[in-house]
Amino acid sequence: MRRAYDEELEQLHRKFYQMGCKVNEAIYKSIKAFVNHDKELAKGVIEEDKEINQFEHDLEQACIELIALQQPVTTDLRKIITVMKASADLERMGDHAVSISKSTIRVKGNKRNSMIEGMISDAGEKIKKMGEEVITAYIEYDTEKAVEIANYDYLVDSLTHDIKEACISEMKKDPELVLGATDYIMASTYIERIGDYITNISEWIVYFQTGEIQELNTHHSYDEL
Amino acid sequence: MSTPTYKMEVKDLKLWYGDFQALHGLDLAIPEKKITAFIGPSGCGKSTFIKSLNRMNDLIETCRIEGTIELDGKNIYDPKTDVNQLRKKVGMVFQQPNPFPKSIYDNIAYGPRTHGIKNKKELDEIVERSLKQAAIWDEVKDYLDRNALSISGGQQQRICIARALAVGPEVLLMDEPTSALDPISTAKIEELVSDLKSEYTIVMVTHNMQQASRVSDETAFFLNGHIIEHGDTRKIFTNPDQEETENYISGRFG
Repeated sequence: MRRAYDEELEQLHRKFYQMGCKVNEAIYKSIKAFVNHDKELAKGVIEEDKEINQFEHDLEQACIELIALQQPVTTDLRKIITVMKASADLERMGDHAVSISKSTIRVKGNKRNSMIEGMISDAGEKIKKMGEEVITAYIEYDTEKAVEIANYDYLVDSLTHDIKEACISEMKKDPELVLGATDYIMASTYIERIGDYITNISEWIVYFQTGEIQELNTHHSYDEL
Repeated sequence: MSTPTYKMEVKDLKLWYGDFQALHGLDLAIPEKKITAFIGPSGCGKSTFIKSLNRMNDLIETCRIEGTIELDGKNIYDPKTDVNQLRKKVGMVFQQPNPFPKSIYDNIAYGPRTHGIKNKKELDEIVERSLKQAAIWDEVKDYLDRNALSISGGQQQRICIARALAVGPEVLLMDEPTSALDPISTAKIEELVSDLKSEYTIVMVTHNMQQASRVSDETAFFLNGHIIEHGDTRKIFTNPDQEETENYISGRFG
């Protein structure tokens, strides 16, 4: 039976990878649509989110059945728990891509600022790279890489901070920018949250290897406020 | 998923040992080329039930049966049924490995010989094929003349499976086939059983709930001579409909 069981575990792994690729694509497209004011592309992201949700549903179902039927222990158990937890994080990342897409669609001739849009685009590039790397680290069970990715997150955090500052100062100069800049702040917050979920996935990779649940890259210092 | 074809169908089966009623009107359809597991506490009727599937209960004098069991649509309790032919089609493996005190070769060749095969070459082929199907060929191929009782219990059980396969059955009944074996032999038998289902319909009684959950496609839960619940193993082990099933499976019984 071990053979069939191993095959099912392998399938979880493959399915998780496919889900990860789908989520990364959604994030990439949602940010691209946002900075290019491409409502069609944004609609596509919202449509495709159903598939992402289905992936999570299927993975959860498969994990529950494996737990009930195989009574997994040790590495097998950690593998299943990791997929369950990390796929929930992926699903939330997909939801944030949807939120970014919705603000793209909502915009109606607001005044724009290309400098800030450039910064959002930069943050998007960074998050895209982190998302891709975390999925690779997952597939390769690369703990070192996972920790490294979690540490990049401060770059996204500081960019988010810069975007917010830039929005405020531009709004002060030009009140007509208020509507658009509010969306900029929201979009950058979504990107920042995606980074946090990527950190969570890194934590699950560490858990899979070490059996220890640890927080990577916490933001509990008041100095950062 | 296509609708399953049923190899055997049990309808309103009642069984008595003297005055004691062991089975109370059971209905069960056994899907073809799948593994159906019977679970339940001791004395619930699962072994009695599996034995009625190839009329092993005929051997018990006080045993009386009502109802029908159909194999490919034909009632096996019809007076015209040839019981030898029935047991050729519906083979059985028991809890304790019970090879004959003969050579490994003769154990496997026994059934085919009784059914009239005399040709040495043909018998050789059957022996080799059966041992291969039972995943034990590589371990015994150089010792076919050795007494089957001289090998390990796990190997003996696979010899018994090979012996059951040698007569070309369509259904394989297994009554707790691994309860006398160690975990490694158990794993081998489980692996073997899941390979065999591509060709055979398998019915298995097991006391080991994890075995039922790992190996079977469908599970039936027996209690006091009734089938309390029967269905997809995934469903039975994740969200059974009946509270008694839930209690038994989760070990909260009694």
